[in-house]
Amino acid sequence: MAVASGRKYSVLRRPTVATGWWGWFVTVDHKRIGILYGITSVLFFLLGGIEAITLRLQLSNPENALVSPDVFSQLFTMHALTMIFLAIMPLSVAFFNIVIPLQIGARDVAFPRLNALSYWVYLFGGLLLNAGWLVGRAPGSGWFAYSPLTSTAFDVAGGMDFYVLGLLMLGTSSMAGAFNFIVTIINMRAPGMTLMRMPVFTWMTLVTSFLLVTAMPVITVALIELGFDRFVGTNFFNPTMGGDPVLWQHLFWVFGHPEVYILILPAMGIVSEVLPTFSKKPLFGYPFIVLSGVFIGFMGWTVWSHHMFTVGLGPVANATFAVTTVLIAVPTGVKIFNWLGTLWRGSIEFNTAMLFALGFVILFIIGGLSGVTHAAVPADAQQQDTYYIVAHLHYVLFGGSIFGLFAGIYYWFPKVTGRLMNEKLGKLNFWLLFIGMNLTFAPMHWVGLDGMPRRIYTYDSAMGWDFWNLFSTVGSWVILLGVLVFLHNIMRSLRKGEVAGNDPWDGRTLEWSIPSPPPEYNFAEIPTVSERDAFWSEKYVENEDGIPIPIKKRPSSGGKDTNDIHMPGLSYFPFVTALGMAICFFGVLIHISVIVIGLVVMLFGIYGWAFEPADPEPESGSH
Amino acid sequence: MLHNLTKLRPVLLLLLVPVLLTTACFPSHPQSTFEAAGPVAEAQLKLFYIIFWAAVFVFVVVNGAFIYAFIKYRRRANEAHLPKQTHGHTVLEITWTIAPMIILAIITVPTITTIFYTAEPPPGKTLELKVIAHQWWWEFEYPDLGITTANELHVPVGMAIDVSLESKDVIHSFWIPKLAGKMDLVPGHINTMWFQADRAGEFYGLCAEFCGTAHAQMRFMVHAEKQSDFDAWVESIKATPGEMTGLAAKGKDLFVNKGFDGTLRGEKVTAQRCAFCHTVEGLPIRGAVGPVLTHVGGRETIGAGIIDNSAGNLKAWLTNPDKMKPGVGMPTLSIADDELDALVAYLEGLQ
Repeated sequence: MAVASGRKYSVLRRPTVATGWWGWFVTVDHKRIGILYGITSVLFFLLGGIEAITLRLQLSNPENALVSPDVFSQLFTMHALTMIFLAIMPLSVAFFNIVIPLQIGARDVAFPRLNALSYWVYLFGGLLLNAGWLVGRAPGSGWFAYSPLTSTAFDVAGGMDFYVLGLLMLGTSSMAGAFNFIVTIINMRAPGMTLMRMPVFTWMTLVTSFLLVTAMPVITVALIELGFDRFVGTNFFNPTMGGDPVLWQHLFWVFGHPEVYILILPAMGIVSEVLPTFSKKPLFGYPFIVLSGVFIGFMGWTVWSHHMFTVGLGPVANATFAVTTVLIAVPTGVKIFNWLGTLWRGSIEFNTAMLFALGFVILFIIGGLSGVTHAAVPADAQQQDTYYIVAHLHYVLFGGSIFGLFAGIYYWFPKVTGRLMNEKLGKLNFWLLFIGMNLTFAPMHWVGLDGMPRRIYTYDSAMGWDFWNLFSTVGSWVILLGVLVFLHNIMRSLRKGEVAGNDPWDGRTLEWSIPSPPPEYNFAEIPTVSERDAFWSEKYVENEDGIPIPIKKRPSSGGKDTNDIHMPGLSYFPFVTALGMAICFFGVLIHISVIVIGLVVMLFGIYGWAFEPADPEPESGSH
Repeated sequence: MLHNLTKLRPVLLLLLVPVLLTTACFPSHPQSTFEAAGPVAEAQLKLFYIIFWAAVFVFVVVNGAFIYAFIKYRRRANEAHLPKQTHGHTVLEITWTIAPMIILAIITVPTITTIFYTAEPPPGKTLELKVIAHQWWWEFEYPDLGITTANELHVPVGMAIDVSLESKDVIHSFWIPKLAGKMDLVPGHINTMWFQADRAGEFYGLCAEFCGTAHAQMRFMVHAEKQSDFDAWVESIKATPGEMTGLAAKGKDLFVNKGFDGTLRGEKVTAQRCAFCHTVEGLPIRGAVGPVLTHVGGRETIGAGIIDNSAGNLKAWLTNPDKMKPGVGMPTLSIADDELDALVAYLEGLQ
């Protein structure tokens, strides 16, 4: 490798300073990128929460006039987009980043610079999606964006421009990230870690990544077609010129349903780590949990039309999708029963991470069961587009995904920061969220079946919905309080939290075998894996009754000279490339010259990326 | 035993509170899907109950097992050793794969039969109805009877209504909660559904698919009435409105001939005549943009089911429709007060 040539081009020199605020712009360390993902997604989660609180305030009374109808539609559209694309998905990716290399015994992801690019494109994409607020026209046709309401003829204000461009950027970020984790998980596992010895969180990350690389292209096609309709005047979805609005719905939900599993599988993976750790038992039925996760991944592709039962696809199509939808309940049930099997005859410790995992199970069961009631097409004809659906999806995404992710935060926070989160505040956090989410969303089942449609900004008192709407609004304040306690706990624990040590939970997987926070290189020595719960098996042997007996002498890790561990160098170029891409996308809405500037910056970024030297200071002979 | 029950009494009373709140405090539930008044809504409700009770059973059993495990297997202070490391159990795995499959297969049977039952009206005499959705109002055409009306639907009790649905602009969804679940109205497609009212009465209908600014205010009324009443209504709709006198005659003249200036969604509009957009049978011009107004005086509500039809409300509507229904396609026109009175008199006279 011609490392010496790097010296000639000063601009292509690798950055050398990894500390300070500048260090965050040039980092390629998976743990630091994970932290960036985590912080950004929590900030977007707060934004989405403010939107939700405003929606609930508007609906607290009949004929309320807090916000105008158009602001209301922008709020519910952006609430959904923010929570799905900017909070839950990237918070899952934060865990992929932080946990996966540690769980599989690797020193980084397969493509560290691509990983940084994924983050920066996500950040800029999120800002672009939200930029509509600044000019008073955020997307307002619903997150599902049913054509022709998204056409320039009906979206007169033009908010859907931000939708098209923002989601295209976010899709790029997701694709790059997903390919990175597929390659990482397939290629970079420690010796001895066969597929069926991988931790379940790693497994679910793998399945989620495959769903991402297959589902994202579908929405990308739809978005490009919609973009052409809007910017160029094509007629893909324009019914008056032979286009078809139902085509959009198929493309959207062919993406949209796998997306549901993209949102829930990482949380299921987290729960499958937390339950065994705090029951002091291995995961019950490991192969069945893994295979049912894979099966859910495949089945996720066969059920999209259950979002379209009232579109008029006909009784045969509806009956077919009713059957596939009902079938997907089977692998989900298998997971739940195996979690029960994990708890059974265990020694259950109710700390905050465990409470969130158990809360996940209880609430997800409710969401799953109401989901089965939608699968019955004729019953769904009454439920579709009502608050009953709103209740269902929040039991799955709030009670499910968010609770699972909170379990993950309390579980891995000590690994990332070296400090434990406060348990008293944590339990308060849990109970406020658990009670608050039930107060908010449980009454929506009733209100929906009582005939309250979704996405209305006003309703008559005569409908009989006043009381439960006010009730839900009060519930949303309890959730808000829970989130504030959570933020306080994070800030407080960062400074004053109890020092965690390597292994605060008596963990089972490899991330607990290394210091907290882990050194840049993670593992001084790459571990060799011989069993499923790789770290647990180093700590315990089972006697003839299957009771684990601690091994006296801990295997020593460390002592090895860590100076010669070669880590990927810092780089400016992921940030530069993402910045160029962002300028380009913003340029579509400003002027063609801005697009050109963006392209130049992006090409410079790619050029620098390709030709920067492998190491900060070229030495004779590289790795 | 009895003593125990007495102790439980406050708890049981407390459980009644939500039930009382939903039923006693709010006696009227005009859009409740639990009060089915026709065969389609009844079939949908029956299916819902089957699955609902199956779900309640699963919920109680599974969450009960979890809560039992939480209590029974919580960590105790004096545990002698760590729990036995069990890894799985094949028979159990097969059982809890097959058991849900059986429950799901059982609920799939009524699901599929109900899908086909609700898809097509039963053989026999039906009444054809064409529903055309607009942002944000409903056009109802009875092809067999040769009449068209807006935002107010009349149907005879006990007869299956064979509905075809289409849309003039974006996607809407046609929903009468007490009579039938939804069917979407998709531009470029013609969908079909059927419903039937088994008792006379008024039923609320609405658009269920988000369709833009005034989606929340796209509603309609269904009057189910016995055949003779329905026939009388049809006759009244077929009749051309009679001659207007006095103030109403002046209103008619304004409706047809006066061009008003005003604003629509922030833009200036000029010389807008009522009759350019609205049809009233018997007038020399026919509008095709807004709802047909031939018998608007006889309707119970205005603005697509959003407010009672009264002289005061009509006047307020004509003064500033966008205030009552933000986003509405009707411009806000500068109409003098005496002109307003004349127009209201005319519209009220259109019986």
